[in-house]
Amino acid sequence: MDFLNAIILLLNYIFVPALTYGSQLALGAIFVTLIYGILRFANFATGDMMAFGTMVTILITWYFQSIGISLGILPTALLAIPFAIIFMIGYMLFIDKFVFRYYRVQKSPPVQLAMVSIGVMFVTQAVVRIIIGPSDRRFFDGEKFIIKAGEFKEMTGLNEGLAIKSSQVITIFVTLVLVSILFWFLNKTKTGKSMRAYSDNEDLALLSGIDPKRVVMITWIIAGILATIGGALYGLDKSFKPFTYFNNMLPIFAAAIVGGIGNPFGAFLGGYVIAFSEIFLTYAYKKFFMYVLPESMEPETLVQLLSTDYKFAVSFSILVIVLLYRPNGIFKGKVL
Amino acid sequence: MMGLIILVGIFQSWNVALSIFNMCLISAVMTMGANIQWGYAGLINFGLMGYAALGGLAAVLISAEPVKEAWVAGGFNILMCLWLIVMMIFAIRFVLKYFEKSKFRTYGIAAIIIAGIVIIRITSEPSIEAIESVNPATTGFLGGLGLPIIFSWIVGAFFAGGLAFVVGKVALGLRADYLAIATLLISEIVIAIIKHEDWLTRGVKNVIGLDRPVPYEVELQTKEWFINLVAKFNSGKLDLIASISDKQAALNQLVIEGSSVFVKLCYSGLFLMVVIALLIITQKALYSPWGRMMRAIRDNEEAANAMGKNVVKQHLLIFILGSAIVGIAGAMLVTQDGLFTPGSYRPMRYTFLIWVMVIVGGSGNNFGAILGGFAVWFLWIEAAPIALFLINLFTAGLADTHSLKIHLTESVPYFRYLMMGMGLLLIMRYRPKGILPEKIEIK
Repeated sequence: MDFLNAIILLLNYIFVPALTYGSQLALGAIFVTLIYGILRFANFATGDMMAFGTMVTILITWYFQSIGISLGILPTALLAIPFAIIFMIGYMLFIDKFVFRYYRVQKSPPVQLAMVSIGVMFVTQAVVRIIIGPSDRRFFDGEKFIIKAGEFKEMTGLNEGLAIKSSQVITIFVTLVLVSILFWFLNKTKTGKSMRAYSDNEDLALLSGIDPKRVVMITWIIAGILATIGGALYGLDKSFKPFTYFNNMLPIFAAAIVGGIGNPFGAFLGGYVIAFSEIFLTYAYKKFFMYVLPESMEPETLVQLLSTDYKFAVSFSILVIVLLYRPNGIFKGKVL
Repeated sequence: MMGLIILVGIFQSWNVALSIFNMCLISAVMTMGANIQWGYAGLINFGLMGYAALGGLAAVLISAEPVKEAWVAGGFNILMCLWLIVMMIFAIRFVLKYFEKSKFRTYGIAAIIIAGIVIIRITSEPSIEAIESVNPATTGFLGGLGLPIIFSWIVGAFFAGGLAFVVGKVALGLRADYLAIATLLISEIVIAIIKHEDWLTRGVKNVIGLDRPVPYEVELQTKEWFINLVAKFNSGKLDLIASISDKQAALNQLVIEGSSVFVKLCYSGLFLMVVIALLIITQKALYSPWGRMMRAIRDNEEAANAMGKNVVKQHLLIFILGSAIVGIAGAMLVTQDGLFTPGSYRPMRYTFLIWVMVIVGGSGNNFGAILGGFAVWFLWIEAAPIALFLINLFTAGLADTHSLKIHLTESVPYFRYLMMGMGLLLIMRYRPKGILPEKIEIK
């Protein structure tokens, strides 16, 4: 009955990774939900736009590293992100002007916009792979671990070690800060309120004198910021591989829909719901039970409900169940 | 279009041209399946990858040889688990039918599902291990029925149709882009299951050496009648060669090439039959009263409903039919390759590419679907050589070792995504109905 060890085990293998992954998903989910709520289409190019932002971040990071700028114990990428954001916003506004605006002016059905976003997805994928190639890139420099597993075991004398990577702390911290600023912006400032009004009821918003062009531009700017930071944080924590970003798009959509699409706070929570359920349901609890149960009842098998191959399948199944029984999501989003 | 393929045959090789032609035919079938759903009924099905995989799975399950030791080791247990799943479904239906809609009932169903999964996992685990440990390098799975592989085309249609029935019941009430996302995710779940359940499909170890409906090239190369045929075909070229040994060497080379071409032609014949049969059926359906009803439902669902047409049932029917066609195509693909690789079923290559074909070719028009299948697949395959040609053209001034030129030449495979994307964007902007739009009858 070693509860302390069991708790540390859960913290190390479930809570900390789930919080990190949830933050990464949350940023992407807010991106999706803003574009869906205000621009009214499902953006299938999400993963690749995040990959584009991360690619620019990596290129600028390499440039900084080559001329000797660094941030000491923090990764240099953090310095590169603001510049990458400017590039990203430029790209988003460019794509909006040349691709999406035509359909918005024509009031095309959302289906057409979704198809067009598939075209944008193809092009962005190509651009990212042509510029930086399809292989794995790691661009983390600086202190990797805040506490190493071995150090923790020495400090506390426990059997289980708790390792906290600095990228995990950075991810969670930056996500919380960014999301707070975003919600303050959406709720307290006039522009934010006008965006929410436009998302709620377009005609009334236009009647009240809200400038739609400005709303759209600010939406793309915020989307660009979210995409770049979300993508860069994911790349810092794990690694940058364009294919992974495309695959991540699906859990991001799941998170956005589960939280209630069109509702940014729902998307934020949806990210954590998806991340926690993915990890909870595919973790092998054998060691946990070994610590908690008496010797006689120790489990023989891995006690794993679903294998790790099914990680994505878990989030998709949750999405399907939500779509069936509570299509509005956890928080009432746009009605389907 | 055919002219382009013939050009490839002349400039590259007949083998390449014929393999492109065969893949074009398969893509045309998939596009027709997707087109039925989108063009006739306005349903977006992004789960095409899953249906093609199920078709391929049918090919494995029908034509692979049964592995007797595996059946002895775990077959009975697996059948028991199948029975348990069926029981679980009946239990859920029972609860749904006889209890009022309430929170209690929802929790009850959730409890049945969770308990069912746990029980099935506990009972099936030892048998799965037993099956997978039977000779894992070559088999490690239950095997199939050992029947000729052509049957699997029909069975693949049934598998895909079955999944479409379940998906349709669950997801068809959703709005268009939600249906797209839901079908995409469900197909990802299906692929994950196929990749993981080694005891059924060998998972990522892939199944190779599946039977063929056409002769093998190696057998052909030794057959007397074939060698004579090749000699007669190329008599002009052979007569120019003087020495006997050179002539023999040239003839051998021609026989090897010729056997490959012959096999591909056989496949072309089979695939063409499927394409033509499907085309006839779908064209008849398009201009029939049933087709008019489907278009009425697509264009104005409420009016059609008011007229008494059962919209839900018709949508489900079209969904199943379209997915079954994609299943046939999946089985055809595995038949042609002779191997089943679950890892190769990726959304980009199947779902999104086929949707580009549907949109580019023309939604709602069967000839457009075939044209879209041919054109887009041709571009997809030939994009690499075309891109190389264009890059060399644009960087003609730079030296061969210039870093930009090397970088661009290495990224040639990704230009095909660029071309696909630009093509899709241009068509959606300037010809949104596709190259061959739907023919609207005005009476």
